[in-house]
Amino acid sequence: MIEEAKPVPHSADATSEPAWARRLLIGAALGFLLIFLALPLLAVFSEAFRRGAAAFAEALAEPDARAAMRLTLMVAAISVPLNCVFGVAAAWAITKFDFRGKGLLVTLIDLPFSVSPVVAGLIYILIFGANGWFGPFLRDHGIQIVFAVPGIVLATVFVTFPFVARELIPLMAEQGRDDEEAARSLGASGFSTFFRVTLPNIRWGLLYGVLLCNARAMGEFGAVSVVSGHIRGETNTLPLHVEILYNEYNFVAAFATASLLAGLALVTLVLKSVLEWRYDLRGQGH
Amino acid sequence: MPAAMRSARRSVIPGFGLSLGFTILYLSLIVLIPLSAVFVRTLAEPSAIVETALAPRALAAYRLSFGASALAAAVNAVFGLLIAWVLVRYDFPLKRIVSAMVDLPFALPTAVAGIALTALYSSNGWIGQFLAPLGLKLAYTPAGVVIALVFIGLPFVVRSVEPVLADLGRDVEEASASLGASRVTTFRRVVLPAIAPALLTGFALAFARGIGEYGSVIFIAGNMPYESEIAPLLIITQLEQYDYAGATAIACVMLVASFAMLLAINLLQIATRKRMQG
Repeated sequence: MIEEAKPVPHSADATSEPAWARRLLIGAALGFLLIFLALPLLAVFSEAFRRGAAAFAEALAEPDARAAMRLTLMVAAISVPLNCVFGVAAAWAITKFDFRGKGLLVTLIDLPFSVSPVVAGLIYILIFGANGWFGPFLRDHGIQIVFAVPGIVLATVFVTFPFVARELIPLMAEQGRDDEEAARSLGASGFSTFFRVTLPNIRWGLLYGVLLCNARAMGEFGAVSVVSGHIRGETNTLPLHVEILYNEYNFVAAFATASLLAGLALVTLVLKSVLEWRYDLRGQGH
Repeated sequence: MPAAMRSARRSVIPGFGLSLGFTILYLSLIVLIPLSAVFVRTLAEPSAIVETALAPRALAAYRLSFGASALAAAVNAVFGLLIAWVLVRYDFPLKRIVSAMVDLPFALPTAVAGIALTALYSSNGWIGQFLAPLGLKLAYTPAGVVIALVFIGLPFVVRSVEPVLADLGRDVEEASASLGASRVTTFRRVVLPAIAPALLTGFALAFARGIGEYGSVIFIAGNMPYESEIAPLLIITQLEQYDYAGATAIACVMLVASFAMLLAINLLQIATRKRMQG
């Protein structure tokens, strides 16, 4: 330790860059984000208000637009709770018990994220379409699933399937089983253990998963496009309504409708960030 | 009786059978059985594989889908790493907002992204008008596909690299510097190898998402067969012509590709976890 007194290179400098390099890197990163993320978002709102607020409001007041909004809300109101119940059940089974094949089960739950949305729509046509497995049965009983609302719900449930489960599994795994075991040993029933111990522990993570699930449910395009009959006012969700208007060169109305969805995305991002900062949640990505 | 089953039964926490049973039933009904339909249908009509899924038009579509996805994922690997680095290492105004904005492609519906990008890059758009005089046409060409996939894939790389970079101890960089390495050498020889699995994971996630992406691409791609037609669009085209066997055969090829990617990503994530712990 003879050379202890010798000044080593200043440690802050040794592991950071000169100011000019830092500024250059920050500038390049922000420039990329500006061009690829901020400009598209600004373009949506700019195009939506191109003909002024009156044209914007008119596009959204149109009956077909209203019907699309109602359908989008309804589809989300069915598919999000379904996947929420599934997510809690799956996370409960996976994190509170030991069994064989757990790794495989977790991988299978994530499967819908690796499937193209178009394929996600196609599979329901193969099952419920006129030539599908249940096609003749459904026709004989006058039930329509694809090219109707049930098909849209099914496709949406598929593409949003993993969201809640994949937020809850790491969270509940980290929390362990001690709380539930303590509650049980103190005489709590299974239900009160879940509702009074587990649920309060996981509520913010659950909300986070629901938030992401809802954003995707309301915004899904590819899968829903395959199974929707594209009937205006009946089987058009908001994203499909955007496409129809756009393809009719009705750009102001298309972007006005799109701006609603962009607004939903911004609200989602704000709530998501608040949950991340407040409760130290980190999303599992998509 | 396997030991695992016995310990589950002995657990004081209730609901094992109910929760696992419901999980497997719901998973089978919504995901597994419907997905199996693609393979069952393809095996029932194997001729469609040759007729449609391996026809020149389909091969051109795969080439575009895979090529554009790889290119976009490569662009995202470079800029995603840069953005992750800047977010982890530096302080600058509005950093939290910038960080939240990175997730915009996850939150923004793909159709909205598609028409917004098309508006930007068409010849009279905010960006397109500056490129048109240079003879650069990006909208309605294969280049447009890459742009859409760069937008869609960016958060995958940033969010994969960020935690690993934040976790990386400064001590190895200090050691490298004290041994006389320059910052660039330290980054290349010390930092980059440590984050390589995470970076590859991000690349693979962005690539996998790009292959299947539909909504953001179809508005900006010209959708010309053999030229700017992506594979998911070809499935839709086959469906519109009531060629279910053809659509299913192409879907089968894409599913096999997705499953291969999923396997690769899982292996990469295991490698990343090992690197972070070790």
